[in-house]
Amino acid sequence: MGWVLPRPPHARTSRAGTKGLQVLRFLVRRLLQAIPTLLVLSILIFAWLRSLPGGPAAALLGDKATPEKIASLNHTLGLDQPIIFQYFRFLGRALTGDFGNSLVSSQPVMSEIGTFLPATIELGISAMILAVLIGIPAGYISARFRNGPVDNVIILLTLVGVAVPVFFLGYMMQDLLAAPLGLPSQGRQAAGLDATAITNFAILDGVMTSEWDAVWDAIRHLILPAFALATIPLAVITRITRASVLDVMNEDFIRTANSKGLTQQVVRRRHVLRNGLLPVVTTIGLQTGALLGGAVLTERVFNFRGLGFLLAEGIERRDYPRLQALLLFGALVYVLVNMLVDVSYGIIDPRVRVR
Amino acid sequence: MALLEVRDLTVNFVRRGERPFTAVDGVSFDVEPGQTVGLVGESGCGKSVTSLAIMRLLAKRGNKVSGSVRFEGTDLLRLSDKDMRDRRGRDLGMVFQDPLSSLNPVIPIGLQITEVLERHRGMSRKAASIEAVDLLDKVGIPDPSRRLTEYPHQLSGGMRQRALIAIALACRPRLLIADEPTTALDVTIQAQILALLRELVQDTGTALIMITHDLGVVAGLCDEVNVLYGGKIVERAQRHQLFAEPRHPYTHGLLASIPRLDAGRGEKLIPIRGSVADNIPWDGGCAFAPRCPNALPVCREVSPRLVPDNGGLLRCHNPVRPAVAAGGGTR
Amino acid sequence: MNTLLNKKKEPIDKLAAAAVGKSLGREALSRMLRSPVAITGGVITGLFVLLAIFAPLIAPKDPFARTLQGEVNLGRGIIPGAQPGFPLGVDDFGRDELSRLLVGAQNTLLVGVLATVIGVAIGIVIGGLAGAFGGWVDTVLMRLVDVMLSVPSLLLAISVAALFAKPSQWTVIIAVSMVGVPIFARLLRGSMLVQRNSDHVLAATSLGVKRGAIVFRHMLPNSLGPVIVQATLTLATAILEAAALSFLGLGDPDPNRAEWGIMLSKGAKQFLDVRPELAYYPAIAIIVVALGFTLLGESLREALDPKNRR
Repeated sequence: MGWVLPRPPHARTSRAGTKGLQVLRFLVRRLLQAIPTLLVLSILIFAWLRSLPGGPAAALLGDKATPEKIASLNHTLGLDQPIIFQYFRFLGRALTGDFGNSLVSSQPVMSEIGTFLPATIELGISAMILAVLIGIPAGYISARFRNGPVDNVIILLTLVGVAVPVFFLGYMMQDLLAAPLGLPSQGRQAAGLDATAITNFAILDGVMTSEWDAVWDAIRHLILPAFALATIPLAVITRITRASVLDVMNEDFIRTANSKGLTQQVVRRRHVLRNGLLPVVTTIGLQTGALLGGAVLTERVFNFRGLGFLLAEGIERRDYPRLQALLLFGALVYVLVNMLVDVSYGIIDPRVRVR
Repeated sequence: MALLEVRDLTVNFVRRGERPFTAVDGVSFDVEPGQTVGLVGESGCGKSVTSLAIMRLLAKRGNKVSGSVRFEGTDLLRLSDKDMRDRRGRDLGMVFQDPLSSLNPVIPIGLQITEVLERHRGMSRKAASIEAVDLLDKVGIPDPSRRLTEYPHQLSGGMRQRALIAIALACRPRLLIADEPTTALDVTIQAQILALLRELVQDTGTALIMITHDLGVVAGLCDEVNVLYGGKIVERAQRHQLFAEPRHPYTHGLLASIPRLDAGRGEKLIPIRGSVADNIPWDGGCAFAPRCPNALPVCREVSPRLVPDNGGLLRCHNPVRPAVAAGGGTR
Repeated sequence: MNTLLNKKKEPIDKLAAAAVGKSLGREALSRMLRSPVAITGGVITGLFVLLAIFAPLIAPKDPFARTLQGEVNLGRGIIPGAQPGFPLGVDDFGRDELSRLLVGAQNTLLVGVLATVIGVAIGIVIGGLAGAFGGWVDTVLMRLVDVMLSVPSLLLAISVAALFAKPSQWTVIIAVSMVGVPIFARLLRGSMLVQRNSDHVLAATSLGVKRGAIVFRHMLPNSLGPVIVQATLTLATAILEAAALSFLGLGDPDPNRAEWGIMLSKGAKQFLDVRPELAYYPAIAIIVVALGFTLLGESLREALDPKNRR
């Protein structure tokens, strides 16, 4: 069959280089965009520190404060110098990780963070995995059997899920589930278990040293807190997945896919889900915020020694050096995670990529 | 036996809290192998719903379809979903109105073509890709091998529609349904796409159901034309017959309302007065009566039947007389 | 000529406001009355508000009177802790639990409402200014809002609460309100941005309506819907966040105070194994009320969604 018409004009497409290069440029651009936000954040934290009750020196000294100590700390901190100078000092210290010593433990705050960070990461990742592994299928099923009894039950559960105070849920699980399920109700590691700690990621350490009892012990201690922490992200992810899948199912290209006679499975996988899950990626980023806040409550309830526990303890004991560092850290993590989410969106959604 | 025999196709939409609405009301027509049949009418006359009903693409809930749609002897309406999926894409293909929203935005064009080939012809991805390049070339897309990896938003509107046509024709279906394929495109592209369709169906011997509100499209493409109004066929005629001697006042009105290049300056345009909202239900008379310049008292009481007339079919108590038909010539 | 133009503007203004406000409102109301979700939410919140307002009158006993000390019957009837004269039992200080819950409704509602209202007030001022002026005002304000949003909400509340030397109920209220500020700022600014380019605003501008009048009489009424929806939803989370802050020790340390969040924190921390009902009662109360406001807010959103209009 020969051609009959003049060919249509050549469409303009972007030739921005290989895919990898595009992603890199995207990443760099997002990083640069995040910098002013982080800068403003640092200014706010600086202002916050100076607004603490009693003044920053008194706050940093806590109950060890005496007029002489305050005066000398004032001098050390350079509080008698122009504000701009103080700010840059603060910034410099922050960038090198010097936040002073914790009032509670007298350890450098930064090293405390280093020690307890892996615990929170383990907890957070476990919770997010739970939320995603349960939430996405639940949301999909809900959408598929829309308005049916299953859908109504799932929606009700998601609504209740966000209405339950996380710390109460934690206590309830401790009280009602720990004993019957044979799970530890507190802590991160069984007392007396002599596990080798290398990275402080309990599971990873256990695997690396082949101490399988340590691995199992770590998992057992993670189960209840992870479920408690996962509740809110789970509810939100389920709702968003449901809404998104419903939206996509009404799109024209699903009709096209069906008109091609593709199997239901292919339509579901390649057409419905690949489009429907895009907003879920963004949601995961936003829910890390809920995780960070929830971790404070959950770790406190379960005595799970991670950063959240540190923060809760710091609040109760007015440990301002710790508070300052942890709050800045929390914001930093949130900003970074959302940036990662943005970038991954750029990878998976071709419409965003080609710019 | 005709390739497609639609008999008494009726589609009722039932939604909670609303009155049931009959979108398609006892529509019957045939399509012979290789023939191009047009379904013409304004928005809301039921032509799109007819095509979706034939392809069984209407939503699972909220509507009731009755009648029969025999494709090569088999009633499509009675098939299981699985059997219907086997036939779609392989025996029947469809092209839709909006090419951008009709394509999956996150997978490459190539995959959207190869998946049909893999599904119905059991081809491997590799073999299917080669065939896909050939298909894109046949529909007039330049540099087709590069297009395979591109995404729908990277193509122009005309190229997307060409791609959709390639997808629909990939497995050489015996019947192609085109639902307003050019409405969303620029006028110049419209002509190209229509010419492409005409060429393709001629070369492959595919039967085509052309759905449109544009009589110009019909004039260039269709062998036989069905005019729909209010969910029913009100006139059927061969193309030249329809344009030379439109019998139904609605058809006549449609033709007369087309502005003519050779009309004198200041000559008024002749619209059909009223709107689709002015219909009366078919069981109370002729739905078109409130807008009809030829309306008789009987038109508001007795529903006209579809009867043979002058080689075609006509549903009218008081059709337009050939001598009175002014300006109904084809262009 | 001027008076003529002014005379023209008035009815147009009225028409614009009326057309937007009334038809959408009335249709939304009728849609809500048909939805079981909306009715449930409405009933719950209505009951809650009524109880809260009339609590001091309804409460059978004085919530602060430590009447029953010493002999506490821990009889496990259908309602744990119930004893003659005390339908829901007594708390650790011998005070009537039911009365405390009722008065707690009042305090909890107060905290939630104040936190939300303050958040809305500050938020729409910021968002309104950003949206109305645009340019560098917009950039600066939105940068600030972005930063507030970049801190996870509970951490933000904690930071604000930590600034108070002596924590009190107001600590919680202000801290929680700060969480809402960026949300409402974004909401209003977004709404105004959309409307700045809309036809009715362009029409009003071309008729010479002053910028202030445009903002207050044309744009704000249109933005009202989403703000109300968000405020309802924020009320629910405000109550929850207030409870969390109490749990962490940032709230009112006064043990006499009857507020559900405080009662829940104390009950959960101290009495869960001995007298679990002291935790469950306030917990159920909080859950039901939070649920009620969420249902109400979600159904409001559905009802006011212009996409649902036919």
